[in-house]
Amino acid sequence: MESNTLHSVLLVLVMALVSFLLRAFPFIVFTGKKETPKFVVYLGKVLPYAIIGMLVIYCVKDISFAAAKDFLPYIIAGTVVVILHVWRRNTLLSIIAGTLSYMALVQFVF
Amino acid sequence: MNRKSDIKKAFISTIPVFAGYIALGFGFGVLLSTEGFGALWALFMSITMFGGSMQYAAVDFLADAISLAEAAVMTLIINARHLFYGISLVDKYKGSGLKKIYMIHALTDETYSLVSSDVMPKGIKDKQFYYFIVSLLDHCYWIMGCTLGAVFGTNVTFNSEGIDFVLTALFLTIFVEQWLSSKDHASAIIGVVCAVLCTALFHENMLIPSMILILLSLVVLRYVRRGKLDGK
Repeated sequence: MESNTLHSVLLVLVMALVSFLLRAFPFIVFTGKKETPKFVVYLGKVLPYAIIGMLVIYCVKDISFAAAKDFLPYIIAGTVVVILHVWRRNTLLSIIAGTLSYMALVQFVF
Repeated sequence: MNRKSDIKKAFISTIPVFAGYIALGFGFGVLLSTEGFGALWALFMSITMFGGSMQYAAVDFLADAISLAEAAVMTLIINARHLFYGISLVDKYKGSGLKKIYMIHALTDETYSLVSSDVMPKGIKDKQFYYFIVSLLDHCYWIMGCTLGAVFGTNVTFNSEGIDFVLTALFLTIFVEQWLSSKDHASAIIGVVCAVLCTALFHENMLIPSMILILLSLVVLRYVRRGKLDGK
Protein backbone atom coordinates (compact mmCIF):
# COMPACT_ATOMS: atom_id res chain seq x y z
CA MET A 1 0.00 0.00 0.00
CA GLU A 2 1.21 3.44 -0.87
CA SER A 3 2.09 5.48 2.22
CA ASN A 4 -0.46 8.21 1.36
CA THR A 5 -3.24 5.64 1.11
CA LEU A 6 -2.13 4.02 4.36
CA HIS A 7 -2.22 7.39 6.10
CA SER A 8 -5.73 8.05 4.78
CA VAL A 9 -6.95 4.65 6.00
CA LEU A 10 -5.44 5.31 9.43
CA LEU A 11 -7.07 8.77 9.52
CA VAL A 12 -10.50 7.29 8.87
CA LEU A 13 -9.93 4.58 11.50
CA VAL A 14 -8.82 7.12 14.12
CA MET A 15 -11.86 9.33 13.45
CA ALA A 16 -14.14 6.27 13.57
CA LEU A 17 -12.62 5.09 16.85
CA VAL A 18 -12.92 8.49 18.56
CA SER A 19 -16.52 8.83 17.30
CA PHE A 20 -17.35 5.42 18.76
CA LEU A 21 -15.70 6.12 22.12
CA LEU A 22 -17.64 9.40 22.49
CA ARG A 23 -20.90 7.60 21.80
CA ALA A 24 -19.96 4.73 24.12
CA PHE A 25 -18.82 6.89 27.04
CA PRO A 26 -22.06 6.94 29.09
CA PHE A 27 -22.55 3.21 28.54
CA ILE A 28 -19.02 2.50 29.81
CA VAL A 29 -19.33 4.75 32.88
CA PHE A 30 -22.81 3.62 33.89
CA THR A 31 -22.28 -0.06 33.37
CA GLY A 32 -25.21 -2.45 33.51
CA LYS A 33 -24.17 -4.19 36.72
CA LYS A 34 -24.81 -1.34 39.11
CA GLU A 35 -28.04 0.57 39.37
CA THR A 36 -27.89 3.80 37.37
CA PRO A 37 -27.49 6.81 39.73
CA LYS A 38 -30.71 8.76 40.29
CA PHE A 39 -29.17 11.94 38.98
CA VAL A 40 -28.28 10.26 35.69
CA VAL A 41 -31.78 8.81 35.40
CA TYR A 42 -33.11 12.36 35.81
CA LEU A 43 -30.77 13.71 33.12
CA GLY A 44 -31.64 10.84 30.80
CA LYS A 45 -35.32 11.69 31.11
CA VAL A 46 -35.09 15.44 30.57
CA LEU A 47 -32.18 15.62 28.11
CA PRO A 48 -34.07 14.49 24.97
CA TYR A 49 -36.42 17.48 25.26
CA ALA A 50 -33.54 19.93 25.51
CA ILE A 51 -31.37 18.21 22.88
CA ILE A 52 -34.14 18.08 20.27
CA GLY A 53 -34.78 21.78 20.91
CA MET A 54 -31.07 22.43 20.44
CA LEU A 55 -30.98 20.43 17.18
CA VAL A 56 -33.90 22.44 15.79
CA ILE A 57 -31.94 25.65 16.44
CA TYR A 58 -28.77 24.05 15.04
CA CYS A 59 -30.58 23.33 11.76
CA VAL A 60 -31.69 26.94 11.33
CA LYS A 61 -28.60 28.67 12.76
CA ASP A 62 -27.37 29.78 9.31
CA ILE A 63 -30.54 31.66 8.40
CA SER A 64 -29.80 35.14 7.21
CA PHE A 65 -32.27 37.92 7.85
CA ALA A 66 -30.74 40.16 5.19
CA ALA A 67 -33.38 39.45 2.56
CA ALA A 68 -36.90 38.02 2.74
CA LYS A 69 -36.01 35.15 0.40
CA ASP A 70 -33.37 33.95 2.87
CA PHE A 71 -35.65 33.45 5.86
CA LEU A 72 -39.26 33.36 4.64
CA PRO A 73 -39.09 29.78 3.26
CA TYR A 74 -37.89 28.56 6.69
CA ILE A 75 -40.58 30.51 8.55
CA ILE A 76 -43.40 29.42 6.26
CA ALA A 77 -42.38 25.76 6.02
CA GLY A 78 -41.68 25.66 9.76
CA THR A 79 -45.15 27.05 10.45
CA VAL A 80 -46.66 24.43 8.14
CA VAL A 81 -44.92 21.70 10.16
CA VAL A 82 -46.05 23.05 13.53
CA ILE A 83 -49.68 23.76 12.58
CA LEU A 84 -50.10 20.50 10.69
CA HIS A 85 -48.63 18.54 13.56
CA VAL A 86 -50.73 20.18 16.25
CA TRP A 87 -53.78 19.56 14.08
CA ARG A 88 -53.23 15.99 12.84
CA ARG A 89 -50.45 14.59 15.10
CA ASN A 90 -49.21 12.54 12.14
CA THR A 91 -45.39 12.63 12.19
CA LEU A 92 -44.81 11.50 8.62
CA LEU A 93 -47.45 13.85 7.20
CA SER A 94 -45.99 16.86 9.04
CA ILE A 95 -42.46 16.14 7.84
CA ILE A 96 -43.34 15.41 4.21
CA ALA A 97 -45.71 18.38 3.85
CA GLY A 98 -43.19 20.70 5.50
CA THR A 99 -40.34 19.53 3.29
CA LEU A 100 -42.34 19.69 0.06
CA SER A 101 -43.54 23.20 0.87
CA TYR A 102 -39.97 24.26 1.65
CA MET A 103 -38.70 22.78 -1.64
CA ALA A 104 -41.50 24.45 -3.60
CA LEU A 105 -40.76 27.78 -1.91
CA VAL A 106 -37.00 27.79 -2.61
CA GLN A 107 -37.35 26.41 -6.14
CA PHE A 108 -40.35 28.27 -7.51
CA VAL A 109 -41.36 31.16 -5.29
CA PHE A 110 -38.26 32.86 -3.94
CA MET B 1 -44.58 -12.43 12.95
CA ASN B 2 -44.11 -9.98 15.84
CA ARG B 3 -40.75 -9.01 14.47
CA LYS B 4 -42.20 -8.31 11.03
CA SER B 5 -44.58 -5.73 12.42
CA ASP B 6 -41.76 -4.10 14.45
CA ILE B 7 -39.60 -3.91 11.31
CA LYS B 8 -42.46 -2.32 9.41
CA LYS B 9 -42.98 0.27 12.15
CA ALA B 10 -39.25 1.02 12.24
CA PHE B 11 -39.23 1.48 8.48
CA ILE B 12 -42.14 3.94 8.59
CA SER B 13 -40.49 5.93 11.42
CA THR B 14 -37.26 6.22 9.46
CA ILE B 15 -38.71 7.40 6.11
CA PRO B 16 -37.81 11.06 6.82
CA VAL B 17 -34.27 10.00 7.74
CA PHE B 18 -34.15 8.06 4.45
CA ALA B 19 -34.90 11.22 2.45
CA GLY B 20 -32.47 13.31 4.49
CA TYR B 21 -29.60 10.82 4.52
CA ILE B 22 -29.82 10.04 0.81
CA ALA B 23 -29.63 13.77 0.04
CA LEU B 24 -26.92 14.64 2.59
CA GLY B 25 -24.98 11.42 1.94
CA PHE B 26 -25.08 12.09 -1.79
CA GLY B 27 -23.65 15.56 -1.20
CA PHE B 28 -20.86 14.04 0.86
CA GLY B 29 -20.06 11.46 -1.83
CA VAL B 30 -19.85 14.14 -4.51
CA LEU B 31 -17.57 16.29 -2.34
CA LEU B 32 -15.34 13.33 -1.50
CA SER B 33 -14.96 12.27 -5.13
CA THR B 34 -13.97 15.77 -6.21
CA GLU B 35 -11.01 15.41 -3.82
CA GLY B 36 -10.00 12.21 -5.60
CA PHE B 37 -11.45 9.68 -3.17
CA GLY B 38 -13.86 7.31 -4.89
CA ALA B 39 -16.82 5.12 -3.99
CA LEU B 40 -14.78 2.63 -1.94
CA TRP B 41 -13.72 5.45 0.36
CA ALA B 42 -17.30 6.69 0.68
CA LEU B 43 -18.37 3.14 1.58
CA PHE B 44 -15.51 2.70 4.05
CA MET B 45 -16.11 6.04 5.77
CA SER B 46 -19.89 5.79 5.95
CA ILE B 47 -19.68 2.30 7.50
CA THR B 48 -16.97 3.10 10.06
CA MET B 49 -17.52 6.77 10.95
CA PHE B 50 -21.24 7.26 10.34
CA GLY B 51 -21.66 10.93 11.12
CA GLY B 52 -22.81 13.77 8.89
CA SER B 53 -20.86 16.83 9.94
CA MET B 54 -17.89 14.68 10.90
CA GLN B 55 -17.60 13.11 7.44
CA TYR B 56 -17.96 16.45 5.67
CA ALA B 57 -15.10 17.81 7.79
CA ALA B 58 -13.09 14.64 7.17
CA VAL B 59 -12.99 15.35 3.42
CA ASP B 60 -10.72 18.32 4.14
CA PHE B 61 -8.68 16.32 6.65
CA LEU B 62 -8.03 13.61 4.07
CA ALA B 63 -7.23 16.11 1.33
CA ASP B 64 -4.78 17.94 3.61
CA ALA B 65 -3.43 14.67 5.09
CA ILE B 66 -3.49 16.07 8.64
CA SER B 67 -1.80 14.08 11.41
CA LEU B 68 -3.56 11.29 13.31
CA ALA B 69 -3.40 13.28 16.56
CA GLU B 70 -5.00 16.31 14.91
CA ALA B 71 -7.73 14.08 13.48
CA ALA B 72 -8.45 12.64 16.93
CA VAL B 73 -8.74 16.11 18.49
CA MET B 74 -10.95 17.43 15.68
CA THR B 75 -13.25 14.42 16.03
CA LEU B 76 -13.49 15.04 19.77
CA ILE B 77 -14.53 18.64 19.13
CA ILE B 78 -17.00 18.01 16.31
CA ASN B 79 -18.72 15.03 17.94
CA ALA B 80 -18.47 16.08 21.60
CA ARG B 81 -22.26 16.38 21.96
CA HIS B 82 -22.52 12.62 21.48
CA LEU B 83 -20.90 12.22 24.92
CA PHE B 84 -24.29 13.05 26.42
CA TYR B 85 -26.66 11.26 24.07
CA GLY B 86 -26.07 7.87 25.64
CA ILE B 87 -27.20 9.13 29.06
CA SER B 88 -30.83 8.85 27.91
CA LEU B 89 -30.25 5.36 26.57
CA VAL B 90 -28.25 3.60 29.29
CA ASP B 91 -31.38 1.93 30.64
CA LYS B 92 -33.18 1.55 27.31
CA TYR B 93 -30.28 -0.33 25.75
CA LYS B 94 -29.52 -2.34 28.90
CA GLY B 95 -29.14 -6.07 28.33
CA SER B 96 -29.37 -5.97 24.56
CA GLY B 97 -26.03 -7.80 24.26
CA LEU B 98 -24.01 -7.53 21.07
CA LYS B 99 -26.73 -5.47 19.41
CA LYS B 100 -25.90 -2.74 21.94
CA ILE B 101 -22.38 -2.27 20.60
CA TYR B 102 -23.75 -1.75 17.11
CA MET B 103 -26.51 0.59 18.32
CA ILE B 104 -23.89 2.70 20.12
CA HIS B 105 -21.85 2.90 16.92
CA ALA B 106 -24.94 3.96 14.95
CA LEU B 107 -26.09 6.64 17.41
CA THR B 108 -26.41 9.76 15.24
CA ASP B 109 -28.49 12.89 15.91
CA GLU B 110 -31.32 11.50 13.79
CA THR B 111 -31.28 8.02 15.33
CA TYR B 112 -31.14 9.62 18.78
CA SER B 113 -34.20 11.73 17.99
CA LEU B 114 -36.12 8.58 17.06
CA VAL B 115 -35.07 6.31 19.95
CA SER B 116 -34.58 8.68 22.91
CA SER B 117 -38.03 10.17 23.24
CA ASP B 118 -41.07 8.25 24.24
CA VAL B 119 -42.68 9.35 21.00
CA MET B 120 -42.86 5.99 19.31
CA PRO B 121 -45.33 4.11 17.12
CA LYS B 122 -47.96 2.25 19.10
CA GLY B 123 -47.92 -1.50 19.63
CA ILE B 124 -44.21 -2.25 19.40
CA LYS B 125 -43.58 -5.81 20.64
CA ASP B 126 -39.84 -5.75 21.28
CA LYS B 127 -38.54 -2.23 21.92
CA GLN B 128 -34.85 -3.09 21.81
CA PHE B 129 -35.34 -4.89 18.51
CA TYR B 130 -37.16 -1.80 17.20
CA TYR B 131 -34.27 0.47 18.32
CA PHE B 132 -31.83 -1.89 16.61
CA ILE B 133 -33.74 -1.89 13.31
CA VAL B 134 -34.08 1.92 13.39
CA SER B 135 -30.29 2.20 13.88
CA LEU B 136 -29.57 -0.33 11.14
CA LEU B 137 -31.96 1.23 8.60
CA ASP B 138 -30.60 4.75 9.22
CA HIS B 139 -27.06 3.43 8.74
CA CYS B 140 -28.03 1.67 5.50
CA TYR B 141 -29.63 4.84 4.09
CA TRP B 142 -26.49 6.80 4.93
CA ILE B 143 -24.19 4.21 3.33
CA MET B 144 -26.37 4.19 0.20
CA GLY B 145 -26.44 7.98 -0.06
CA CYS B 146 -22.68 8.41 0.42
CA THR B 147 -21.73 5.65 -1.99
CA LEU B 148 -24.20 6.71 -4.70
CA GLY B 149 -22.88 10.27 -4.46
CA ALA B 150 -19.31 9.09 -4.97
CA VAL B 151 -20.31 6.81 -7.87
CA PHE B 152 -22.39 9.27 -9.82
CA GLY B 153 -20.65 12.39 -8.58
CA THR B 154 -21.51 15.48 -10.52
CA ASN B 155 -22.91 13.51 -13.51
CA VAL B 156 -26.34 13.37 -11.98
CA THR B 157 -28.29 16.51 -11.43
CA PHE B 158 -31.80 16.36 -10.12
CA ASN B 159 -33.56 19.34 -8.72
CA SER B 160 -33.47 18.43 -5.06
CA GLU B 161 -32.79 21.93 -3.79
CA GLY B 162 -34.25 22.25 -0.32
CA ILE B 163 -34.58 18.52 0.42
CA ASP B 164 -32.17 18.87 3.35
CA PHE B 165 -35.03 20.66 5.14
CA VAL B 166 -36.39 17.17 5.80
CA LEU B 167 -34.07 16.77 8.82
CA THR B 168 -35.09 20.18 10.17
CA ALA B 169 -38.72 19.09 9.75
CA LEU B 170 -37.95 15.80 11.52
CA PHE B 171 -36.48 17.53 14.59
CA LEU B 172 -39.21 20.17 14.59
CA THR B 173 -41.98 17.56 14.41
CA ILE B 174 -40.46 15.56 17.27
CA PHE B 175 -40.10 18.78 19.23
CA VAL B 176 -43.79 19.63 18.74
CA GLU B 177 -44.85 16.05 19.50
CA GLN B 178 -42.83 16.04 22.74
CA TRP B 179 -44.31 19.41 23.64
CA LEU B 180 -47.87 18.16 23.11
CA SER B 181 -47.37 14.90 24.96
CA SER B 182 -45.73 16.41 28.04
CA LYS B 183 -46.99 18.83 30.66
CA ASP B 184 -43.55 19.95 31.74
CA HIS B 185 -41.93 22.19 29.13
CA ALA B 186 -38.99 23.39 31.23
CA SER B 187 -36.40 21.17 29.56
CA ALA B 188 -37.62 21.92 26.02
CA ILE B 189 -37.49 25.66 26.71
CA ILE B 190 -34.02 25.33 28.27
CA GLY B 191 -32.77 23.56 25.13
CA VAL B 192 -34.08 26.22 22.76
CA VAL B 193 -33.00 29.21 24.86
CA CYS B 194 -29.48 27.85 25.47
CA ALA B 195 -29.07 27.05 21.76
CA VAL B 196 -30.26 30.49 20.65
CA LEU B 197 -27.95 32.20 23.16
CA CYS B 198 -24.97 30.11 22.09
CA THR B 199 -25.70 30.67 18.40
CA ALA B 200 -25.66 34.42 19.03
CA LEU B 201 -22.34 34.11 20.87
CA PHE B 202 -20.50 31.32 19.08
CA HIS B 203 -22.20 31.11 15.65
CA GLU B 204 -21.40 27.83 13.89
CA ASN B 205 -19.52 26.50 16.95
CA MET B 206 -22.66 26.60 19.08
CA LEU B 207 -23.05 22.88 19.79
CA ILE B 208 -20.51 22.33 22.57
CA PRO B 209 -21.33 25.52 24.53
CA SER B 210 -25.05 24.72 24.11
CA MET B 211 -24.59 21.21 25.53
CA ILE B 212 -22.66 22.56 28.52
CA LEU B 213 -25.17 25.34 29.19
CA ILE B 214 -28.08 22.87 28.88
CA LEU B 215 -26.48 20.47 31.38
CA LEU B 216 -25.80 23.27 33.85
CA SER B 217 -29.34 24.63 33.48
CA LEU B 218 -30.87 21.19 34.01
CA VAL B 219 -28.77 20.71 37.15
CA VAL B 220 -29.92 24.09 38.46
CA LEU B 221 -33.53 23.29 37.54
CA ARG B 222 -33.43 20.07 39.56
CA TYR B 223 -31.83 21.83 42.51
CA VAL B 224 -34.41 24.63 42.48
CA ARG B 225 -37.37 22.26 42.18
CA ARG B 226 -36.05 20.01 44.92
CA GLY B 227 -35.72 22.99 47.23
CA LYS B 228 -39.35 23.82 46.54
CA LEU B 229 -40.49 20.26 47.21
CA ASP B 230 -38.52 20.02 50.44
CA GLY B 231 -39.97 23.33 51.59
CA LYS B 232 -43.53 22.05 51.42
